[in-house]
Amino acid sequence: MNWFLNNAGIVDTKSGLTLGDGFLPKMCLRWWEKIFKMHHHYYHCIGSKSLRKRWWKRVLGCWIIGWTFASLWIFWYMSSQVSEKRKETLASMCDERARMLQDQFNVSMNHVQAMAILISTFHHAKNPSAIDQRTFARYTERTAFERPLTSGVAYAVRVLHSEREQFEKQQGWTIKRMDTLEKNPVHKDKHAQETPEPSPVQEEYAPVIFAQDTVSHVVSLDMLTGKEDRENVLRARASGKGVLTAPFPLLKTKRLGVILTFAVYKRELLSNATPNERIQATDGYLGGIFDIESLVEKLLQQLASKQIILVNVYDTTNHSDPISMYGSNVTDDGLQHVSSLNFGDPFRKHEMHCRFKHKPPWPWLAITTSFGILVIALLIGYIFHATINRIAKVEDDYHGMMELKKRAEAADVAKSQFLATVSHEIRTPMNGVLGMLHMLMDTDLDVTQQDYVRTAQASGKALVSLINEVLDQAKIESGKLELEAVRFNLRAILDDVLSLFSGKSQEKGIELAVYISDQVPEMLIGDPGRFRQIITNLMGNSIKFTEKGHIFVTVHLVEELINSIDVETETSSKNTLSGFRVADRRLSWTGFRAFSQEGSTCHVSSSSSDHINLIVSVEDTGVGIPPEAQARVFTPFMQVGPSISRTHGGTGIGLSISKCLVGLMNGEINFSSIPKIGSTFTFTAVFTNGCCNSNEYKSQQTNNQPSTSSSEFQGMRAVLVDPRAVRAKVSRYHIERLGIYVQVAPDLNQCMSILNNGNTVVNMILVEQEVWDKDSGGKALAISKSKNDQGISPKLFLLANSIGSPRANAASFGVYAPIVIMKPLRVSMLAASLQRAIGVSNKGNNNPRNGELSRLSLRNLLSGRKILVIDDNNVNLKVAAGALKRYGADVVCEDSGIKAIKLLKPPHNFDACFMDIQMPGMDGFEATKTIRAMEKDFNDRTQHGEVTTAEVCENILNWHVPILAMTADVIQATHEACADAGMDGYVSKPFEAEQLYREVSRFFQFASSNGNI
Amino acid sequence: MAYLVQLQKQFDDYRASLFNEGFLDDQFEQLQQLQDESNPDFVVEVVSLFFQDSERLLNELATSLDQQNTDYRKVDAHVHQLKGSSSSIGAQRVQRVCIAFRNFCEEQNTEGCLKCLQQVKHEYTLVKNKLETLFKLERQLLAARGSSFV
Repeated sequence: MNWFLNNAGIVDTKSGLTLGDGFLPKMCLRWWEKIFKMHHHYYHCIGSKSLRKRWWKRVLGCWIIGWTFASLWIFWYMSSQVSEKRKETLASMCDERARMLQDQFNVSMNHVQAMAILISTFHHAKNPSAIDQRTFARYTERTAFERPLTSGVAYAVRVLHSEREQFEKQQGWTIKRMDTLEKNPVHKDKHAQETPEPSPVQEEYAPVIFAQDTVSHVVSLDMLTGKEDRENVLRARASGKGVLTAPFPLLKTKRLGVILTFAVYKRELLSNATPNERIQATDGYLGGIFDIESLVEKLLQQLASKQIILVNVYDTTNHSDPISMYGSNVTDDGLQHVSSLNFGDPFRKHEMHCRFKHKPPWPWLAITTSFGILVIALLIGYIFHATINRIAKVEDDYHGMMELKKRAEAADVAKSQFLATVSHEIRTPMNGVLGMLHMLMDTDLDVTQQDYVRTAQASGKALVSLINEVLDQAKIESGKLELEAVRFNLRAILDDVLSLFSGKSQEKGIELAVYISDQVPEMLIGDPGRFRQIITNLMGNSIKFTEKGHIFVTVHLVEELINSIDVETETSSKNTLSGFRVADRRLSWTGFRAFSQEGSTCHVSSSSSDHINLIVSVEDTGVGIPPEAQARVFTPFMQVGPSISRTHGGTGIGLSISKCLVGLMNGEINFSSIPKIGSTFTFTAVFTNGCCNSNEYKSQQTNNQPSTSSSEFQGMRAVLVDPRAVRAKVSRYHIERLGIYVQVAPDLNQCMSILNNGNTVVNMILVEQEVWDKDSGGKALAISKSKNDQGISPKLFLLANSIGSPRANAASFGVYAPIVIMKPLRVSMLAASLQRAIGVSNKGNNNPRNGELSRLSLRNLLSGRKILVIDDNNVNLKVAAGALKRYGADVVCEDSGIKAIKLLKPPHNFDACFMDIQMPGMDGFEATKTIRAMEKDFNDRTQHGEVTTAEVCENILNWHVPILAMTADVIQATHEACADAGMDGYVSKPFEAEQLYREVSRFFQFASSNGNI
Repeated sequence: MAYLVQLQKQFDDYRASLFNEGFLDDQFEQLQQLQDESNPDFVVEVVSLFFQDSERLLNELATSLDQQNTDYRKVDAHVHQLKGSSSSIGAQRVQRVCIAFRNFCEEQNTEGCLKCLQQVKHEYTLVKNKLETLFKLERQLLAARGSSFV
């Protein structure tokens, strides 16, 4: 029953499991969906961190609780399976034992039955009997193995009371009773020795006549006197089958035993014979004694694993009070299995109870498995928890970082703005200070005072340039710096820069040179100011740190260098401009993009569009940059060491600005430097070709100032005597810019041979100072005296580096003293020197050193210009006209606004107009407005083609005559009013040369650069 | 030769005194700078123009202020003219009085205007005399120089 229940339980759990199998994945799916949704939801309302945290905590709790239950279930499931298996094992073992016992018992019983037949055959059917006690004993002894469960067999014969005396006489003993014995089982042994009492008178008796030796003591005992035996005997003869007694303590051995009794009949009976017939036919009774206890033990010993199982056998005929036949009487409510035994007696019922000797072992497997799962689940939970925490933390950090970043950026912007504002604010008053200082210098000062003022002005200028640099830096950092795109002449700019540094270089005795490759176009489009700034920075640094040797600026196209990079072998240290060793400039551009592209793409890009990739190198023979400082050269405000700023000054901002500017020009900057030898800075920059077509290019060239002067020298021939190839190349480049054909001779002898090669006329000989010094001038002079066919001796020039020696040297040569051309060579200077010497001078430009610069340039600007001056005041008119006339202008004077309008009605041929503001009738503002309106009207009509006098207009499509206000007030309001009225600027009344120049140059230069005039 | 030096000294002193006493200012110097070989009488021309102009203006001012209904705008324009031309040649004392004059004009103060007119006339006469003396000295100096070179 129990077993069935258990089975059902298993089925139940199994069905539950299968149910779970289907159910679990679905649940998981739903779970994940839910998680996903919530996740989604979370990302929707990102930011509500606490909500998310709470949510995750809940999920984590569910996870842990869920897995705890799951592991508990697994534990229960596994342990129940183990116990099921145990139960099954027990059942099978128990059944096996029961069956064996039953089988052996049946075997024994069959044998006893066979013996009963033997007795009926050989004892009762024969007369005299073939069996006596001795035979029986012997026989039974020898066949004992057939009855493994019996300890003994005895035969009792049925004796009626009438036959008792005869029977007793025949046997020689009286029938004895047995119940006394049974009443005192404790004294069994003693009783065995005593003579038992004779049986009382009864209707019939069943005295034992034969007995196996083991039970020989029961001979002559009347079986009917024993309570169990009597019942047994009576039932046996009535049923004709083997009948069992209840277990009782056996005589003598006192062990529990069971007696099996078979009836022996006189004749064969039918199977359906009635009990009465059977009783009548009974002859005797054969009893087998089963010593259950020992027998079961014997049986169990034959089986393996007897030690793990405990077996109890019970007689359960009386259900409420089972009699234990075997086994220790341990009441244990543990696992037990009951097998019923059938010993062939339907009246009696026997059961076998089995249980394990030991308690069930702990279900370690289940415990470890479930515990392991729980641990894994907890670990996963922990990992999730940690991950979530980590993510939250990282997110927090990230937000923090973002905040910090924002703040840092804001601070940076604020810094830049602050810098820009402050620099600007400083610059404005500084301009005032400088202006005042300038004016102060013009006043009557003694030498000391002038010195002070000059110093103050120099410091002020330094401060302003520093502020400008800082402003640049701030602008670059805030990304506000934008490059212009105007046409400019690269060579002119480099000449300018060169002249800027020429004083310093001559002072130091450094050779300064510029070489620009022929392939670089004359005009480029880009930001000349910024380009100039870079060059000036680099050259300024070089000058600062170079005490001897040279500074050499070269400009090439990138393509040019890529192509020649293998060919160029001028690495020999001697072959430099001044003979000093230099840092290899090629090292400085090794990292450049333009070069890493292997030139191919570069070529394509340069040929397809008109982008000009310039590469500019500034090479010096200065102190160089120590290797440890090279990394931070381009960092703002970084200098090689604190001592540098003390000895050389400067802020260390220049290179950083240069780097930024180069970056803005789509270029790169780098350098190579060897301490004590020198540094070479190289940068690239991308410009647009300024001469789009060749026609324009030509016209530009003719318009160009150096080119116009060059026409004078066009076709001349010169011999350059210079042993050093690099230097010769530079000098030659500059001379050839003037249109002079140059031949280079390494020494004077070769020069002589060129001169004597009569075919050519050599107009000039340029001798390098080095050669001159070596020669002491003798041979050179001889050369210069040698006349050619036309009788014209070539002019001799000396290319000198520093102010000192050559002049003194040259002075001693008197009339034949060569003309000294001071380096650095520049086209304008070179042209001027040559002009002076050869005499091809144009009058206009003859007196360059007369008067101050602005006045000179003012003259250049104003000379020949037709200017209208309007003032109602005759005196003022006269003064203004006088001032303008002085600068060579063609002045027309008028005294009212109305007349001005009349004269300035387009088309007219005035270049500019100076107008008084306050005039009776029509003031300057009003007149200007009217003039502007007229111009606009005229321009509109020109555009619509309504004006037929196209020749008169000279193709000027946009009339806009510059009008400058003349006013005594220089306050801002007036200035704004001027601008509002359409005026181009204003000059304060007493004309001051510089102010006039500044204002006039603004638009005249613009106009000239446009090529209009 | 000594005469020349003396004359030069006299000229310089006189010129310096004109500046020191405030009759003339920088502007006069500027004017002198504008004079060169191509335009040798520039200063004299300008100054005599100034004299003509100023005398005309002073007369007009006098008649304007004499009238019953004084046209102050007209007066102001005249004074402005006078101020402009005086500042152009650097006659700064005339110029200063002109500034005060214009203030009275603005207030339409006839009394003040008349008073200023008298002052302007006075200053003008002064500066005219001074300048004429200066030019006379200059002419003498130039003549002396010319004779000495010959």
